[in-house]
Amino acid sequence: MGPLERLGRFAARKSGEIGDHVAFLGEAVCELVMLPFRPRRFRLGDCALAFERAAFDGLAVTSGVGFLLGVILAFQCAAALQMFAVEVYVSDMLAIALFRELGPIITAIMLAGRTGSAFAAEIGTMKVDEELDALSTMGLPPVRFLVLPRVVAAVLAMPVLTIFAELAGLVGGAIVLSAMRIPTEVYWAHVQNISTTWMILFGLGKAMFFGALVGLIGCSAGIRTKSTADGVGTAATSAVVGSIVAIAVSDGVIAVILYVWGMMGI
Amino acid sequence: MDAAETIISLSHVDAGYPGAVILRDVNFNVARGEIFILLGGSGCGKSTLLKHMIGLNPVLAGRLVVAGMEWGPKTRASLTRRIGVMYQSGALFGSMTCLENVMLPLEEFTRLRRKERVERAMELLGAVELADAADKMPSEISGGMRKRVAIARAMALGPEVVFLDEPSAGLDPVTSCALDDLILRLRAERGMTFVVVTHELPSIFKIADRAAMFDKARGGMVALGAPQALKDGSDDPFVRRFFNRGETDG
Repeated sequence: MGPLERLGRFAARKSGEIGDHVAFLGEAVCELVMLPFRPRRFRLGDCALAFERAAFDGLAVTSGVGFLLGVILAFQCAAALQMFAVEVYVSDMLAIALFRELGPIITAIMLAGRTGSAFAAEIGTMKVDEELDALSTMGLPPVRFLVLPRVVAAVLAMPVLTIFAELAGLVGGAIVLSAMRIPTEVYWAHVQNISTTWMILFGLGKAMFFGALVGLIGCSAGIRTKSTADGVGTAATSAVVGSIVAIAVSDGVIAVILYVWGMMGI
Repeated sequence: MDAAETIISLSHVDAGYPGAVILRDVNFNVARGEIFILLGGSGCGKSTLLKHMIGLNPVLAGRLVVAGMEWGPKTRASLTRRIGVMYQSGALFGSMTCLENVMLPLEEFTRLRRKERVERAMELLGAVELADAADKMPSEISGGMRKRVAIARAMALGPEVVFLDEPSAGLDPVTSCALDDLILRLRAERGMTFVVVTHELPSIFKIADRAAMFDKARGGMVALGAPQALKDGSDDPFVRRFFNRGETDG
């Protein structure tokens, strides 16, 4: 096979994959839009189970990572700000960073690692066991039956996890600063002063968007699982990598859009 | 065969995947109430043909009619309610009990109340002699039991045709024989048509009315008829060798 033919085959394969992704996304969005009109067809029990696994089972580890992030950030920033005797402003910086960016991003990466990979592995195993074929021949679209409950669960889990990660991060920062003889009351007063409702809601909205990305990419990877020995493992890996890349890219795009619209100050 | 009693018809069907034709020019009809076997060696394309028949993949060429309709976007909803499928692994949903698995099609496609759905699902589980396994998870029952639950699920909406993909695969001879008895009993009691993919000779001779035989090397159907007639009367060396378990004539 010549290089031109190889290139052609590669392009054909990739364009086919892109087509599959677009078709999957289209089907998922259609099902989501139709959800309010056909609420009986939504599998609430599956969604509740996925939410429990994503949110409650992931609460401790996400809060732990948020706490450590707060501690590390506070240490790093305090060391620099101490030179100017303004280490009290670490609290302001922590609040802005956690509420706007780091809270949603770190939580989304945790969700991708725990839940996105689990979605891909669950659905991938179902595909290998012919359960997706069984759904199709029963006239039940796998997107409605399997994807929708998981994506909704991921979207709803993200704000819960993000709030806990952010609060844990702020607590971590408070502990570091209290060790540097900054009174805790002063620390929390600064946090309260700098944090606006809009800033917090913007962060949570972004978190929900990231949740949708993680859910969709995880489920898509599961549905495209190949029936090979390493199929499920590959699907889980591609779910995590794809989610993290998508989170980083979309966060960059959101930042650029906000800058262009002059909304970076929120 | 009288056209009026034909429930599945294949004319000049090419089976396979885009860019890879596995079976060419397949022609046969299946009569209502018949137990019809798709027969052949491993990799000959019988499961691929089954995937066309149950609407998972479109045929590459020719015409495939099931219950008077060709598979397509407009007929899919109607056809999926008129067929039932049991997959090789059973394909039960692992997060649901056996009862919930059987109730699923009833929940999605009927307006029955929960109590009625439970009664109907229990009746189906009773028909496959697994009423006492209703509350068990698929992981808690044996492979043979999983297949029987899958048959109960396939029958939930009262389909006209039930497709079974390798029902005997991975089962011991006693369980396999019991599954054959179940198929015969369900046909006698409910008048359903069964299309079965298998290469298990004892099962074929026990349950089949007719069989279509496929050969990988020739990429098509090589024989059609009652199994005993094929065994005794076929001049085709491949058919004779298959029924003689690989031994050549003479």
